[in-house]
Amino acid sequence: MVKVCFYFQVHQPHRMKHYSLFDIGKDHGYFDDDKNKEIALKVARKCYLPGNKLMLDLLEKHPEFKIAYSISGTALEQFEKYTPEVIESFKKLVDTGRVEILSETYYHSLSFLFSKEEFVEQVRMHKRKVKELFGVTPLVFRNTELIYNNELASFIEGLGYKGIIAEGFERILGWRNANFVYEPIGTNHIKLLLKNYKLSDDIAFRFSDKGWAEWPLTSEKFTKWISEVNGSGECVNLFMDYETIGEHQWEDTGIFEFLRALPEQVLAHPDNSFATPSELVDTHEPNDKVDCHHFMSWADMERDLSAWMGNSMQDSALADLYKIEQEIKQSGDAQLIEDWRGLTTSDHFYYMCTKWFADGDVHKYFNPYDTPYESYINFMNILKDLRLRVKNVATSEGNLISSKVKTL
Amino acid sequence: MKVLMFGWEFPPMKSGGLGTACYDLCKGLSGLGNKITFVVPKLPKDMNSDVAEMMGANQYFKLEPIESPLRGYMSTTSYSVTIEILEHDNSVMKENYGKNLFAEIARYAKAASSIVKRSDFEVIHAHDWMTYEAAGIAKKLTGKPFIAHIHATEFDRTGGNPNHEISHREFLGLKDADMIIANSHFTKENVIKHYEIDADKIKVVHWGIDQDNPHYEDKIESPFVDEKTVLFLGRVTLQKGPDYFVKVAQEVTKHVPNVKFVFAGSGDMLPKVIDEVNTSDMADKFVFTGFLRGKEVHHAFQMADLYVMPSVSEPFGLVALESMRNGTPVLMSKQSGVSEVVTHAYKVDFWNIEDMTNKIVAHLEYPALSEEIQKNAHRESKKFTLEEPAQKCMDHYKEALQW
Repeated sequence: MVKVCFYFQVHQPHRMKHYSLFDIGKDHGYFDDDKNKEIALKVARKCYLPGNKLMLDLLEKHPEFKIAYSISGTALEQFEKYTPEVIESFKKLVDTGRVEILSETYYHSLSFLFSKEEFVEQVRMHKRKVKELFGVTPLVFRNTELIYNNELASFIEGLGYKGIIAEGFERILGWRNANFVYEPIGTNHIKLLLKNYKLSDDIAFRFSDKGWAEWPLTSEKFTKWISEVNGSGECVNLFMDYETIGEHQWEDTGIFEFLRALPEQVLAHPDNSFATPSELVDTHEPNDKVDCHHFMSWADMERDLSAWMGNSMQDSALADLYKIEQEIKQSGDAQLIEDWRGLTTSDHFYYMCTKWFADGDVHKYFNPYDTPYESYINFMNILKDLRLRVKNVATSEGNLISSKVKTL
Repeated sequence: MKVLMFGWEFPPMKSGGLGTACYDLCKGLSGLGNKITFVVPKLPKDMNSDVAEMMGANQYFKLEPIESPLRGYMSTTSYSVTIEILEHDNSVMKENYGKNLFAEIARYAKAASSIVKRSDFEVIHAHDWMTYEAAGIAKKLTGKPFIAHIHATEFDRTGGNPNHEISHREFLGLKDADMIIANSHFTKENVIKHYEIDADKIKVVHWGIDQDNPHYEDKIESPFVDEKTVLFLGRVTLQKGPDYFVKVAQEVTKHVPNVKFVFAGSGDMLPKVIDEVNTSDMADKFVFTGFLRGKEVHHAFQMADLYVMPSVSEPFGLVALESMRNGTPVLMSKQSGVSEVVTHAYKVDFWNIEDMTNKIVAHLEYPALSEEIQKNAHRESKKFTLEEPAQKCMDHYKEALQW
């Protein structure tokens, strides 16, 4: 019996506007609303709206079909603001009762690595947002870019989650495979779901690659590969960016037709079915314990953190950002806190990545800057303005207090 | 393959980038086993100079000098000045020289024809407009394909105010050529735009640098303690944007107090630049070095924290690669050929003072930024070799023979 578990990641960052040295101290609007709107509308048209329609059709047609989404808070905000019909279409999906929404950090941030306090706050913000929009409370957690280690698993367990998602990478699996439910080492009851990256990437990355020996990928062929897991696994976790559908893989690649035909093919095999992450967690006992001491992610060949951290620009930007966390929060200025949080989104650090080589193509494609150096300069200029604002809040409060003291 | 090449004096003779380009190409081509007959205008006093020596006595390189005062990048005025200077030099056959630049070019081309007749070659490769006439005659005499290499158009050299006689000759040469090799897409587009040449005839071969130069490792330290150094290096002419450098320097000093601007090079705009620096009260921020040659160029790069190349029109911009190879990152104008092939550099529009200031100040202010770009630019510079452009030229020779 193989259960196919689809989880799609939906994320859009608040991209920054071009912010030069000459804007510091003068302009406090950091984000490029026009560009963010343009991209939100474009991706809604190419992916979110037709994708959601396809999924709704499939859910209506196949009572056994189930899927899950994780939608970042920054993406939800932009949908509400620029294209509310996307929110409506997600609501319709959730209302079927067969679409699960996962938990993540509101700002799609790296906060777990830098501030547990901020991490918890962002997870809670996201949970509230999901509850407010969809009326459901997520029970399974996925961290930004599937960044994961043992410590995160037990921390998340402490927050009351029953499941957590990670990359099914050989480094932690050894001879085992990703097609079972596992238990993170050092935890009591939380369960671990691992991405079958080979089958996931067949869709996400290789689908339209004409140089790939398996091209063109048909739903029959893909179902055959899924069915082959019977006997050596219980689930096939297909985790990928939702933008795969229609945006990374354009409509003319046949991606919509492929997905439209897939559930029927999968269900034609009596041993196959679909499940949400929560259902997998509820119905399966852990097959084994998995030890992941070092951080792992789902990015690049290395599956490490090197897309967001490790070069001197990324490290200095992250250090400088989290250095002012307490000062920002103590200011009590809601706008200031929101702006600071907008800078925690992982994408800003991804744009500073300099390892163009080998994995570089993907980085380049999603980078709104010509070079990583420009993205760093932009970020640091904005951070400088933010620091000036905090200082101003502090001094004006100081003045207020001292003037009160005087009047006393 | 056997190549008849019409080129220019090798460095350190004062022929600028053109001489370096010829030297590097010959080195690359001969290294790949091609035989080059190299025709070059020379004066008697230079006859035994480094050219042959630099290439080493080998079977792949044969020097064929023709006595002539022609020099790369010469204008009608600088030709007249040269002739005047030579007036009192008894070692030269000045009575033979053309009375003006164009007459001399015609004489040179005619003189070349005797070399053409006795040389054995399969293709003709000529560098920039002054040699096109000679190459055209060689083509007529032998029927061998004429490949015109273009390193800069007259429009680049003059900031868009061409000498019409020169641009006309440039056009005739390019039209006569069977194939054109441009040093960048930037140059290719200029050729198409100004001369309406068929795009299929123009091949792009980006330039590389000699990775073996020992001076890259000299690691000369800056003499300015506690001060950052921003460098301008190039001919001080309209084309190179020296006036933009001064404007940017003015802005940068408002944000970064401890900075020195090193200004290396000479040219017709130098007095204007010095005047501007003085009137804007930046004399203590500027150091003028004059024209640098040989290892001094490398040392100037090594001492600088950043090399700024604000060219208005830079057909390629080899110095940018040399700077990177010397461990100094570059801020380059997008109006350059080199910006097409380099990833790890700051790229700006030459007129955008605000953007340039933004980037220079950040570079001087954030060690995380300067260290990262320095490391990556240095690594990237090592992929630009002499073999690659030479190999591409060879491939194009073969292609031209098929046409």
